[in-house]
Amino acid sequence: MFDGFFSDALRFLPILLQGVWMTIAITLCALAFASLLGLVWAFLRVSGVPILAGGSKTITNLIRGVPIIVILFYLYFVMPEMGVQLSAFQAGFIGLGLAYSAYMAEVFRSGIEAVDAGQLEAANSLGMSRTLMMRRVVLPQAFKIALPPYSNNMILLLKDSSQTSIITVVELSMQGKLIAASSFQSATVFTLVALMYLCLSLPLMGLASLLERKYKRGTR
Amino acid sequence: MIVIDSITKSFGSQKVLHGVSATIERGEVVCLIGPSGSGKSTVLRCINGLESYDGGTISIDGVKVDNSARSIREIRRSVSMVFQRFNLFPHRTVLENVIEGPIYVNHVKRDVALGRGRELLDRVGLAAKHDAYPTELSGGQQQRVAIARALAMEPKAILFDEPTSALDPELVGEVLGVMKSLAQEGLTMIVVTHEMGFARAVSDRTLFLEKGMIVAQGTSREILSNPTNERMQDFLRRVSHE
Ligand SMILES: Nc1ncnc2c1ncn2[C@@H]1O[C@H](COP(=O)(O)OP(=O)(O)OP(=O)(O)O)[C@@H](O)[C@H]1O
Ligand SMILES: [Mg+2]
Repeated sequence: MFDGFFSDALRFLPILLQGVWMTIAITLCALAFASLLGLVWAFLRVSGVPILAGGSKTITNLIRGVPIIVILFYLYFVMPEMGVQLSAFQAGFIGLGLAYSAYMAEVFRSGIEAVDAGQLEAANSLGMSRTLMMRRVVLPQAFKIALPPYSNNMILLLKDSSQTSIITVVELSMQGKLIAASSFQSATVFTLVALMYLCLSLPLMGLASLLERKYKRGTR
Repeated sequence: MIVIDSITKSFGSQKVLHGVSATIERGEVVCLIGPSGSGKSTVLRCINGLESYDGGTISIDGVKVDNSARSIREIRRSVSMVFQRFNLFPHRTVLENVIEGPIYVNHVKRDVALGRGRELLDRVGLAAKHDAYPTELSGGQQQRVAIARALAMEPKAILFDEPTSALDPELVGEVLGVMKSLAQEGLTMIVVTHEMGFARAVSDRTLFLEKGMIVAQGTSREILSNPTNERMQDFLRRVSHE
């Protein structure tokens, strides 16, 4: 079954690499979108204004309750009916980013809330405004607390980017499926695909555990 | 001058301050003592607006401490606080901790703030530690940084809430030493403490708070040596046995 694995692998590699680039592109775009939107949800959540906090909580719960695939279908097939035409790539990263914004919001919120109450007292007793306290005292510390779970979500996001293949984004898994179908070399192709995903996610895992250890030591 | 006029305060249904009054003159050092839960921290926190109060008034140099966000920030700028657990900013160096307030709240120029910050750190005996992070310091050193941070705001008064209670016994002296020198330089201070030696030697007056009321007060030397109030006698006996 694995006869000539390496020669076949060399043949498939360039095409699969196109898939890798697409996977990286869609993951990065979705990550940026999820992070920004997640920050917005988290800020609303800790704003202290009940209607904003409640609204943010409701929206993120709704997002978390719907499968990513359904969100993708919605953006790709339903939005055009409402006059909003999105390319597969756009629908893909927006849908993925939207879904992950809910998880990122949770990561940021728990980071913000994990900052010691004494820090807020110290900032307040210096006469800092709420915004200044957020910017100079809370967020820098919340950021460090949030980094390990944030990088874990990055790994999940990377793998979930394969779900965009359902709306015709030709990312790594989809590229693999296409080559496998035309070459009848499923074993070689999907082994390669799996290895490539690992090459992408292992460094992220290393980063995550590095950050985790660094944070556990509890400095700075 | 800080004037506290019959303030009351409840947490939910629990009334913790039952009309506390006191006047602290400029340059005065006043110790606030009393059993745990008597409301000492609450009084301090009301003075610089970390906590709101229900009735009565507090004013600082004639400015009332009320609950509007803007005036509270003004008050906090002019009255600094030193906490039991230091509450230094762990992500900033010692010097950065000290210049944070001056630069970002008081809008002092960075090089001016840096110069003054270094002076203050020298003054609390930490000249060699400017670039250390708080976690690299002992508790006593951290508390001295916190005092420098409070001084950097050039406050009218500093409130100390049990500044030595979280310290190992051998580190208490260095912090009290700094506080003593500040007292001698004429800084207005309100100090919540269980260090009766410090109260007697350094403070001008002592207020004894019990169950949210000041039940005894007087010049520290007199009242701590010959307390007439029975509850205070009990309290002092217990503290001296610790
Ligand atoms: N944020 C709060 N919410 C509810 N109750 C509070 C709060 N802060 C203080 N209390 C209560 O108010 C009372 C006075 O508390 P406070 O901290 O002022 O006492 P204290 O004299 O400083 O005591 P200690 O010596 O233990 O620090 C206590 O019964 C305490 O439980
Ligand atoms: Mg207290």
